[in-house]
Amino acid sequence: MAWTRKLLRVNLTEGTCTSEDLNMQWAQDYLGSRGLATKYLVEETDPMVDPLSPDNKMIMATGPLTGTCASTSGRYTVVTKGALTGAIACSNSGGFFGNEMKNAGWDMVIFEGKSPKPVYLMIENEKATLVDAAHYWGKSCWDTEEGIKAERQDPQIRVASIGVSGEQGVKYACIVNDMDRAAGRSGVGTVMGSKNLKAVAIRGTLGVRVDNPVEFLQATDAGKKVLAENPVTGQGLPTYGTQVLMNVINEMGAMPTRNFKEVQFEGAANISGEKMHEVRADGTKNLVTNAACYGCTIACQRVSTVERTHYTVKDRPQYQGASGGLEYEAAWSLGSECGVDDIEALTFANFICNEQGFDPISFGATVGAAMELFEMGVLTTEHTGGIEMNFGNAKALTDCAELVGKGEGFGKEIGLGSARLCEKYGHPELSMSVKKQEFPAYDARGIQGMGLTYATSNRGACHLRSYTVASEVLGIPEKTDPLETDGKAGLVMAFQDATAAVDASGLCIFTTFAWSLEDIAPQVNAACEGDWSVEKMLEVGERIWTMERQYNLAAGFTGKDDNLPKRLMKDAAKTGPAKGKVSGLDKMLPEYYEIRGWDTNGVPKAETLDRLGLV
Amino acid sequence: MQKALNIDPAKCTGCIQCELACSMEHTGSFNPSKSLIKVFKFHDQGRFVPYTCTQCAEAWCMQACPVDAISMDAINNGAKIVADSVCVGCKVCTIACPFGTINYVPDTGKVAKCDLCGGDPKCATACPTDAITFVDASSTGLEKMRNWAAKTDSGASAQA
Ligand code: SF4
Repeated sequence: MAWTRKLLRVNLTEGTCTSEDLNMQWAQDYLGSRGLATKYLVEETDPMVDPLSPDNKMIMATGPLTGTCASTSGRYTVVTKGALTGAIACSNSGGFFGNEMKNAGWDMVIFEGKSPKPVYLMIENEKATLVDAAHYWGKSCWDTEEGIKAERQDPQIRVASIGVSGEQGVKYACIVNDMDRAAGRSGVGTVMGSKNLKAVAIRGTLGVRVDNPVEFLQATDAGKKVLAENPVTGQGLPTYGTQVLMNVINEMGAMPTRNFKEVQFEGAANISGEKMHEVRADGTKNLVTNAACYGCTIACQRVSTVERTHYTVKDRPQYQGASGGLEYEAAWSLGSECGVDDIEALTFANFICNEQGFDPISFGATVGAAMELFEMGVLTTEHTGGIEMNFGNAKALTDCAELVGKGEGFGKEIGLGSARLCEKYGHPELSMSVKKQEFPAYDARGIQGMGLTYATSNRGACHLRSYTVASEVLGIPEKTDPLETDGKAGLVMAFQDATAAVDASGLCIFTTFAWSLEDIAPQVNAACEGDWSVEKMLEVGERIWTMERQYNLAAGFTGKDDNLPKRLMKDAAKTGPAKGKVSGLDKMLPEYYEIRGWDTNGVPKAETLDRLGLV
Repeated sequence: MQKALNIDPAKCTGCIQCELACSMEHTGSFNPSKSLIKVFKFHDQGRFVPYTCTQCAEAWCMQACPVDAISMDAINNGAKIVADSVCVGCKVCTIACPFGTINYVPDTGKVAKCDLCGGDPKCATACPTDAITFVDASSTGLEKMRNWAAKTDSGASAQA
């Protein structure tokens, strides 16, 4: 139980949907979601495959806890070879889509091949059909979701779809469910678009069962109590969302600004969580309310409106309602990274990212890079179609968002992502990325552990692979000095392995501000057959991490790709507590390889693979 | 003392823990589609509203049932209870109820509605924000009264 023990295989080339038994041995070894789906991808595809070829597969997967009453258990994962990175991609989303898949009786759906024409997949419990989607092609995620619900006369259907950007090959297109939740990073939506798959719609009414309901209710109740009593998950996140961090990170001089030229943003307060609570001229606030994903007792989501008089929405009623508001990463990438401090413009750009399905982190960071190229004179208004791409120009940001959303004009260039854009214009060093994926909102000079996190992240630069910010900034589980490199190798490895296990279970990583595996293992243990101790969870986490590493090595990456842009290694932070610091990656990386049981080139040693059962 | 469910939509985050608790109690699995309480999301307004049977004193469903399958449970807070052994699945009650809170269940061939879980409603226990509470049926307005009372001028401000 907990697993439905069934997977759906959809061959888009042939137009067939078939049910298969889940490999239960793999379920014991890889748990679910990120872990189990990656195992299937590794077994079934060639790592050298072109991400956009029909031979690449895309897997949507739930974890064993998905769809239960465990707090935050609505999540699902998209695993594929990433269009942005060419590395293993694994993007996770909340909302109410994962639980619906589970309730329809499926642990995962494997998509293979390429449909000859646009289709969407309709799942109604055991029945799965591919439906013509010609009338949704060219439509936004919002219109597609609303259209499918209306067409099928069932408002309870859950939809995950791609927007125009995913159809048009924007490299960082995402898959949006429930209007404003997204499997956001690495271009998983681009892969979906390459398969001519517009959407997946699900209605599930079978119910999700667990192995030991009495024990499970006790374990999940105990977990919820811990979340409620913790200051971050009980107070900070519901009140300010992840935006609780904006002022904190800026003060510690770890807020990348203007394409990482600086580490503090003078406009931070204007785009902060506190600002979202302030009453605007018309008496309303940016923040309407907080909201929860399925089963989540934290409720960190922001629901926002753009001020009605703002230039972006003034004559456009369709953008005047409430929708998913700014999270910290998006507020940073659209804001500080581009030097823009107009929170209404940021909120609007974020709406467009959700509506048209592209990742605000990669988008904002690419706009930031383009702004630097523009100020250097490398890009001119000739390239941009007349847009003055200076840092701080809010209109340039929102124009770019709309152009990427439509796949038109200069939007095509921004849609390449910063690595390809900077390469094309002769300045690859200006792309602030690892494995072509843009950094999130923490500067590796001011939070040293994040440098190692980015460099070694299997899906390219990412904060969600080992969020050492928890330790280095918030003191969770214990405080470490953000400016120190000593001990960070061990910290990063511990976070990477634990995070992989949490992802595999089907829970939200934000629980780990309050929960350790000591809180999570009993919930998994009560839900699943098998013996799920903390030790086993950690072992599964390490196995997942190493499997992802092996995939990337087989895909052509080497230890040389565990690197950071020159700017972070050579140009010292100019202000704040980290003034004079560069990233100490060179000090941390050899130790990291060693404790991982990898050789000096970053290749897992035979004995390590053997210990993890990965031979 | 009779108790009643009291719902404050302003506190709801839309997490549907109430639906999970309800479906677990009544069907043994986590299954929002089988929940007898539903949370409605008004996306463009950023509003969430949990909605279920209010256990009307003179319940339309009870009046309409041609086989007297629905009765009042006087011991359990006046809950209107469907007797599965009597219900014939004719669905007349689903037409009679103005609120839509009694529905036919194809799996069982019977109708289902909120029964207050025998006096311990699981939705109220599960709600993490107290948007759903189980309180004295004669004082469901108490919190609203308290909030308004707090807004009345104090003596000090009246003098100023
Ligand atoms: S913590 Fe936030 S992102 Fe995670 S499940 Fe809850 S509402 Fe969703």
